[in-house]
Order: sequence, then C-alpha cells, then structure tokens
Amino acid sequence: MYRYDAYDSQLVGERVAQFRDQVQRRLDGALSEDEFRPLRLLNGLYLQLHAYMLRVAIPYGTLSSEQMRMLAHIARRYDKGYGHFTTRQNIQFNWTKLEEAPDILTDLAKVEMHAIQTSGNTIRNTTADPFAGVAADEIEDPRITCEIIRQWSTLHPEFSFLPRKFKIAVTGAYEDRAAVRVHDIGLAMQRNEAGEVGFEVMVGGGQGRTPMIAKTIRDFLPKDQLLSYLEAILRVYNLAGRRDNKYKARIKILVHELGTEVFRDQVEAEWEQLRDAGPNLDSAEVERIAAFFDPPSYEPAETSGYNAKLFEDHAFSDWARTNVARHKQSGYAIVSVSLKPEGEAPGDATAEQMDAMAEFAERYSLGEIRVTHEQNLVLPYVRQSDLYALWQGLRTQGLSTANIGLISDIIACPGLDYCGLATTRSIPVAQRISRLFANLDRQHDIGELRLKISGCINACGHHHVGHIGILGVDRKGEEYYQITLGGRADENAAIGKIIGPAFSSDNVVDAIETLVNIYLEQRYDGERFVDTYERIGQSPFKEALYDAR
Amino acid sequence: MTLVKNGAVVENEWVTVDDDTIVPIDQPAIVSANRWRNEKERLRQRNVPIGLRLSSDAVVDDIADALDTIELIALEFPAFTDGRSYSTARLLRERFGFEGEIRAVGQILRDQAQFMLRCGFDAFELAPGANVDEWIDGLSEIAIHYQPAADTRTSTAVLRHR
Ligand code: SF4
Repeated sequence: MYRYDAYDSQLVGERVAQFRDQVQRRLDGALSEDEFRPLRLLNGLYLQLHAYMLRVAIPYGTLSSEQMRMLAHIARRYDKGYGHFTTRQNIQFNWTKLEEAPDILTDLAKVEMHAIQTSGNTIRNTTADPFAGVAADEIEDPRITCEIIRQWSTLHPEFSFLPRKFKIAVTGAYEDRAAVRVHDIGLAMQRNEAGEVGFEVMVGGGQGRTPMIAKTIRDFLPKDQLLSYLEAILRVYNLAGRRDNKYKARIKILVHELGTEVFRDQVEAEWEQLRDAGPNLDSAEVERIAAFFDPPSYEPAETSGYNAKLFEDHAFSDWARTNVARHKQSGYAIVSVSLKPEGEAPGDATAEQMDAMAEFAERYSLGEIRVTHEQNLVLPYVRQSDLYALWQGLRTQGLSTANIGLISDIIACPGLDYCGLATTRSIPVAQRISRLFANLDRQHDIGELRLKISGCINACGHHHVGHIGILGVDRKGEEYYQITLGGRADENAAIGKIIGPAFSSDNVVDAIETLVNIYLEQRYDGERFVDTYERIGQSPFKEALYDAR
Repeated sequence: MTLVKNGAVVENEWVTVDDDTIVPIDQPAIVSANRWRNEKERLRQRNVPIGLRLSSDAVVDDIADALDTIELIALEFPAFTDGRSYSTARLLRERFGFEGEIRAVGQILRDQAQFMLRCGFDAFELAPGANVDEWIDGLSEIAIHYQPAADTRTSTAVLRHR
C-alpha cells in the first residue's frame, strides 16, 4: 500500500497545526460558528445530535494493521469504545469533543492518516473496489488511480468551495463493486483496441432526493490525461453548478439541466485548453505511486486442508460460501468479514474487534485490511490453508457472521439515533429485519439480496440502489417506511421503484417478509431476488403487499 | 479597510465607484462590468488606471476585450462558501494572461487566503477588525502543494523527481 514520503507527512502535519489553531480560535470566540463551520467541515468534523462526529478518511478503503490499531486506540481514548465504518469506506467517531479533535488528528498523522476533506463541499475521499489488486477480473489496481486523485484533490486551491460535495469512485474490474454509476464521477477502467488502458468517464450519478444513474461522457480517456480531464469537469461544475438551492447543487442536476451533450461539449472544450498545461503527472511520478501497489510475492498454493475442512465442518462451509471470494492467485482467498451480526448496528466495530482485525491481518493477510462500501471489512490476501484458523479466530470476536450479500447484510445509515437531519430511525429497523431472518439456512436459501435503509430522503443508506430499499418518512410525527424494489449499484445500475404507500414501523418488517415469500414462490432455479423481480415485474409483489389488507 | 498585497499591508490607491456616482478623473477607479460595457470609450480616454469589479457569477469571456485596458480586477465573494471566483481568477491568469492586480473582496477568511493566492489573487481586502498579522501568516501556513495552479509554486509531483 501507499506510504507517505516527507512531503506527504509535512502536508498532513501542517494541516493538523492549522486546524489546531482554528479550533483554538473557535474556543476563544474569535471565530463564530458560521465562520468555523466551513473550516471544520474541511477537516471532517460535524456537529450532530448529541456531540461532534469526526469522520476519518480511509483512502480508497485500504488500511494497514498499524492504522487499524490506531483507530482502536482512538475509539477507546476519545470515543465510547467503538467506531462506525461508513458507506464511503471511511470511519466515523460519533462522540468526539471539539477540544480533543486536534489531538485525534495528531494521533492519526502518526500512522499516515487524516480527516482532510471527509466533509464539506469539496472533493471527498475517492472510493474503490474493495477487491482492488486481488480480483480475478481486473485490468489494473484502481488504487493507483485513487492515490493519484487523492493527491491532486487534497487542498486543491480551486475546488475547495464547490457548490456541493463531490464524490469520485474508481473500478479496475469488469464487475462493479464500487458503485461507480451512482457517484458524481465514476471511472471504469477499459482497454482500447490498441491495448492501452484508460477510463470510461461517467458523470452525474448520485442518490439523495433526486437519484440518478451517471451518464457516460467519454468512452475512453487515456490514463495519462486523467487529471486534466477531471480538472475540466470540476471547473465547469464549479462555475456553472447551482448555488441557489442546496438540493439542486450536485453535479447531477447540472448535467440533467444542461443535457448530457451540452455538458460534455463544455467539458471537452475546457479540456482542449487544459490538456497540455494541466496537472497530468509525468510517468516517473505515476511509476513511483504504482510501485506501492505491486502485487506481493505469493507463496505456492496448499489447498487440501481447506477442502477437507469444508467437508467436515458445516458452519465453516456456510461461512466460506458467502464470505470467501475467488482470488486472482490460486491457493489464496479474499475474505469478507461481516460487520452485520444479528441485531447489531450495521458497520459498527468495537475497539477490541478492530485490534483483533489488525492481528488477523498481520497473521493471515500481509497486514492489510479493506473497508467496503457495504460497511464490511475485507482481508485480501488469505492463504486457503489459513482460512479455517482465521475463521475460528473471527468466531471468538463475533466477526464470523456468514451473511455477506445476504438479506441481513444490510446497509443502514445512522438515522435518528445519531443524525441531526434524520426523520426516522433506521438502525432499529435493520436490527429487526436481521432478527427476523436470523436463521442462516433460510438466508442462504434466499440467496443474494441487497437490502438498504435510509433514515431520510438524503439517502445515505443507499436505499435507491437496494434490491429492496427502505426509506424512512415522517408522517405527522410518526415513523413510516417506503419500500422500493429493483435498485442495483452494480455494472447494471438502476434506481429502485416505489412499490406503493409506506408502511408503519410496526408493519414494515412483515412487508419485507411478504416480498421475500413472493420471490421464493416465483423464482426460477438460480434466480436472485432482483432477477425474479426484473422478470415478473412489480405487480405480484404489489398485490401481495396491498390486496390482502 | 485594510489592503494586503503581495504579503504586506499597502495603501489602497483605488476608489470603488458605484454605477450612479461620477468616476473621478484623477484617481484610479474600480467600476462594475456593466458600467464598463456602457461607458467603455469614455473610460478608456481617462489617463488614470481603471479596474473592474466582477460578481461571482461573472463569465470571463464577457469581459475579455477589457483585459488589455484595465489594470485591476476585483472578484467578489458574496459568501465564504461561494467558490466561483477561484476558477475565475485562474482563468484570468492562466487562460487570458492577465497580469494586473486580482483583488479578493467580500466575505473572505484568512484560512482561505492561501487557496486564493494559489489561484492568482495577489491582493485582499480585509474585513473590518480582521487581525492583519494572522492574515499574513495565513498566506503561508501550508508549504506543500500537490497540484500545480496559477502561482509559481512547484508541485510535489515535480519536486519528487528533481
Ligand atoms: S439518510 Fe438522512 S438520516 Fe440517514 S444519515 Fe443521511 S441524512 Fe442522516
């Protein structure tokens, strides 16, 4: 993984000093909250319902064991002993004290981490395929691109006060595990006919109030031209994006209002001017960064023990079926560690679990951990022969839930339990659903089903792209939940459709069960929930939900 | 009003005149883009420098024909969070080669000064009561720059391979 050099360290150090000074001025009263707000937001500090929340950047979701241990330390020392992994591959600490925030940043800097641009109307942490570097269907490790973007976008003087936040995602593989089509910019690596590597550039995807799938504005952008092209997009957006209405300020609205063609023409015209004078890196710097992501030296495969254990131990093979993915190197496996145990808040991890993950990564995964946008963790380099021992270790930490991709692997936003914007709770709904489907055999029988819950229309829980999406709405002070079906965040991204009137908090979990039952009745062999839905359409689901009432 | 230019406090020689006031004949004056458009010929004939004040939604191409006449452009920040003038400043410097003064006016914080400097601003109108020394410190708080911009600072990508 990438390691800081003296320049990187100096920048983060200077930024911490600057922020310490800003916090001091706020505490002294020299800065008003209005003046302080845009500054603290540039450093990931939010004011929430009960306390400040600090969001720490985990660039493209890659962590070392040492960094994970520091996160555990922060959870213990400055928070209530846990942290919350987010859908942006970051981590949030929900109980931060303003006066301690600079100390947290100082601790983070010791392990080459920061909170720069994890909030505010800036270019946020660039996200990537959590299987980067180990996926079998990959053209190139997308994290090289992400690190290049990270450096270019960090404290970018022109783009630190955009109309609205700006999110970029990159995938290097065919299968899209980074949801690039629901980002402000999605980059999907491609190879052209000459065999050169570049990107399909998609712009204007997003969720929130007005969900949209990104539009392709360029089929192939040569890799070495990426930064000047991004700069052109950002400049067009910075100048023309709406600033009169917060809810219309994302780039998706600009693309929509101008039309894809006009928007593309403006970007291309700007790029024509920029491409030679722009910020593109020369090959020496690209090679320097790329070298950090060279594949490790793999050891010869030894798989027989693994296969025997799969046969002997049913619980282990259940886990392996959902939580172990194919590695590009034979004899190795990619392990997903679920942060969605039955009845817990999705994405939460205790300090002890973080320490344990650091330990497991060191012992079994070359000291590296990934965070997924589904709020789980990944150990990317596990020898198949170590899987059984790892699984036993995970069991002792409550980290062995065998539900990756299943109905209880729910994405849920913090909702009314933490979030100042929420209209309803989302975590308790997730907990009730995961309890209802606690029987693992039943979950395995249902198969892949992406269920996502947002506590308000801002859609942080990505409900628009859930196979089943749940959106909390307030009805005269009562919590109601609207259900959408057919959303997906993969390479065939789609926005889910509302099935009908919302359900009360008491009825929403039953409604989910009804939907699942219709699927089980109607499915053909090998069909997932979303496949059956796409084949038979809304009506059977709708009838089952509403006609009986 | 305190004016900081090129890292030091300087005397403001310019007067900003609104559209209903007569432009003084003996003092450098900053006028609106509108006024300039309407009174171009007359303003050009004055023998003292003229400057333009642009709102944050101004489009540089619209005033491109003024650039060889004017000596100063004041770019407005109606709010701390309105970042359009950063792009406008870069375009003025990098695309149009404007070499006169680019002045930041309106709601600006010292914490933003360095971003502005990097985008091509060289002068800042401080809000009443602003701490000038802190402001000047703010211009150099961060010494590392990952990306090239409108200034002459060398980006890390270049420094690393020297
Ligand atoms: S979706 Fe709404 S409730 Fe949930 S985290 Fe986002 S803003 Fe808060």
